[in-house]
Amino acid sequence: MKESKSALLVGVGGQGAILTAKVLVNGLMKAGYDVKMSEVHGMSQRGGSVSTQVHWGEKVWSPVIGKGAADIVVAFEKMEAVRYADFLKPDGVAVINDYEMASSSIAAGLCEYPEGCLEAMQKNYRCFVMNAEKIAEELGNAKCMNIVLFGGMVKALHMDHIDWEAVIAETVPPKFKELNLRAYKAGYDAV
Amino acid sequence: MDKVLYSGNEAIARGAYEAGVKICSAYPGTPSTEIFENLPQYKDSLYCEWAPNEKVAVEVAYGASIAGARSLCAMKHVGLNVAADPMFTAAYNGVNGGMVIVTADDPSMHSSQNEQDNRHYARAAKLPMVEPSDSQECKDFMKEAYKISEMFDAPVLFRTTTRISHSKSLVDLGEREEPEIKPYTRNPQKYMCTPAIAYRNHPKVEKHMAELEEYGNTCCLNKMEIKGHKVGVITASIAYLYAKDVFPEDTSFLKLGLTNPLPMKLIKEFASQVEKLYVIEELDDFMEQQIKAAGIACIGKELTGKLYEYNPQLLKERLFGVKPQAPDLGVAAVSRPPALCPGCPHRGFFYTMSKHKNFIVTGDIGCYTLGGSAPLNAVDSVVCMGGGFTVGMGIAKTLEVTGQTGKKVFGVVGDSTFFHSGMTGAAEIIYNKGNVIPVVLDNSITGMTGHQDNPGSGKTLQGEIAEKLRIEKILSSMGYEYIQIVDPQDLKAMDEAVVNAAKSQVPAAIVVRRPCLLIKGIKHDIGKCVVDSDKCIGCKSCLRVGCPAILVENKKARIDQNQCVGCTVCAQVCPKGAISRKE
Repeated sequence: MKESKSALLVGVGGQGAILTAKVLVNGLMKAGYDVKMSEVHGMSQRGGSVSTQVHWGEKVWSPVIGKGAADIVVAFEKMEAVRYADFLKPDGVAVINDYEMASSSIAAGLCEYPEGCLEAMQKNYRCFVMNAEKIAEELGNAKCMNIVLFGGMVKALHMDHIDWEAVIAETVPPKFKELNLRAYKAGYDAV
Repeated sequence: MDKVLYSGNEAIARGAYEAGVKICSAYPGTPSTEIFENLPQYKDSLYCEWAPNEKVAVEVAYGASIAGARSLCAMKHVGLNVAADPMFTAAYNGVNGGMVIVTADDPSMHSSQNEQDNRHYARAAKLPMVEPSDSQECKDFMKEAYKISEMFDAPVLFRTTTRISHSKSLVDLGEREEPEIKPYTRNPQKYMCTPAIAYRNHPKVEKHMAELEEYGNTCCLNKMEIKGHKVGVITASIAYLYAKDVFPEDTSFLKLGLTNPLPMKLIKEFASQVEKLYVIEELDDFMEQQIKAAGIACIGKELTGKLYEYNPQLLKERLFGVKPQAPDLGVAAVSRPPALCPGCPHRGFFYTMSKHKNFIVTGDIGCYTLGGSAPLNAVDSVVCMGGGFTVGMGIAKTLEVTGQTGKKVFGVVGDSTFFHSGMTGAAEIIYNKGNVIPVVLDNSITGMTGHQDNPGSGKTLQGEIAEKLRIEKILSSMGYEYIQIVDPQDLKAMDEAVVNAAKSQVPAAIVVRRPCLLIKGIKHDIGKCVVDSDKCIGCKSCLRVGCPAILVENKKARIDQNQCVGCTVCAQVCPKGAISRKE
């Protein structure tokens, strides 16, 4: 792989984007890639918009990317997909959770949740949309939503050459291993 | 050993461990906090602590250096403002054991009140400065920094930025070295900064800096990568990684790791080898200005700009005019600002203050800064750690001296901030008869930086049980005669407390006490609140508490059961009694 690849995982504080990035990074490291990852802590933990970036290849320099440089955006919340859409390469792909979370300004009635987020994304980018929350709930625990999305991401990026099930088993807490393996499969099959 | 994936902060902690550091003291601050959170794993080999503030941390580390140990302290960029006093004089006195001060700058202000570039401190204080680019360098350069500190008799400023501290990359680990502890010997001629001694020390500092510049021309931290003679880039820190992504393969680089003093001989040599020279650095033109002053032509800030952090695509655009193309989606995301968590104890206090239009609230740095966000809008100013009390003092004195009546000033700080620099403000208010009510929002933890212990929390960084300083006893001993301790979740009691304090004829203070809900290991009273939609009249009173768990759907309030923790603040403000707690 000559060219490096970049993924941007975006969502709302507390949705599990960081654990998902950890699974991704562990798999890429096992496969022998040079990997860099960047996340922003601090204020964003208080219900704000969060983003985690992963950059990998034979040799990568910058841990972060700018606009127009992501091969994939995985949005844990659909408005966040819109917020970060301009980070995608023109031929980049978006995996979007069809899930809505009001921001504090929306909840306070100061503004409204924008209509047509999914449609706008689908019109302009190659998109894989799933209701990861519903899938996760059907599996018995809404919290595995992040790994459901991860399954979709693996398929969207054609990253099947890595044994992700083994990586997930090693990365998540043992008592959630089975649940997350099922979540991964369900997400993979959902797109 | 296999490579491990470390953040810059983890790697700095590891580097300090491998360098044989013995004494470590810091105050938490994003993006530096995880350095010290990663030290207790090495507690068999070193001592680490949270100090009450950054000035104390530098003083403790400096004392350890005088006593012969290698020492470490770390802080965010604004923390160095607090610690500047001992740092400037330590630069004159010099060290015994090597000493490193980590400053973590925050370009783009992800979690900060300003965007100051702390490289200027190195020049102003005449200190060696080391700047790593990635996690491997964070670890390796720490070890070099201790060598430099001991060789050149000065504390070393070790500067990172958010993207270095919080990015993860692969690191090779090494073994710990155990440098010999130099036995303590009394040496007041070196360590007592009287005018006569400082007079003698200043020329010594200038001499060391000249020698260090010479050292920088050949040391391993500064390296030339000659790939061609057309274009050359002088760069340091995270900007090096961005520049490597952006400039073509045949670009030559002078990558600097020791950036104060700048190795001018090496820079001149590099400049003479390339036709076109760029200087790429985030924030100020720290290197560029010095390079231009040395008579070397270069391209820099006129293209790259001094604002905010860079990334490769942004640099490409500014340097070469390559603009990324993105389609117009026709829909825009609305902002998603951080908010006080559901069940946050600060909510009850700020909701109460928002009801009193004659109150001036001077706030401070912490989660409770969010009390100033909509819809609470209950903070008039936020300046710096500890400023909540004393900025309020200045406002109150102005009202008093200019005869403006009808307003009452409440100065607000958190528990950790009270110990950090609020106590001096509390003394100021008593001593100078200020018409300010000091309010301490005591949630029993240092919250915003991710839950670090402090002198009021009863535990140390190394996990030992510690003396729990009582805020009300400190205030009482200062002369506050009317101290109310109130649970902010009881809105009636909270309102009575502020009204009573405002009317008090004797010096009054309030301790607003309830532990942060995110503290692990203590039992919280968790439940769920629900809305009876038959009773709800859609008046939106509950929205005014600014809780992320409350939404309005079909003109009625709804409480998100996944987020609600049952604090009942919304239930207490509902005029129709439509919200109740499920048991």
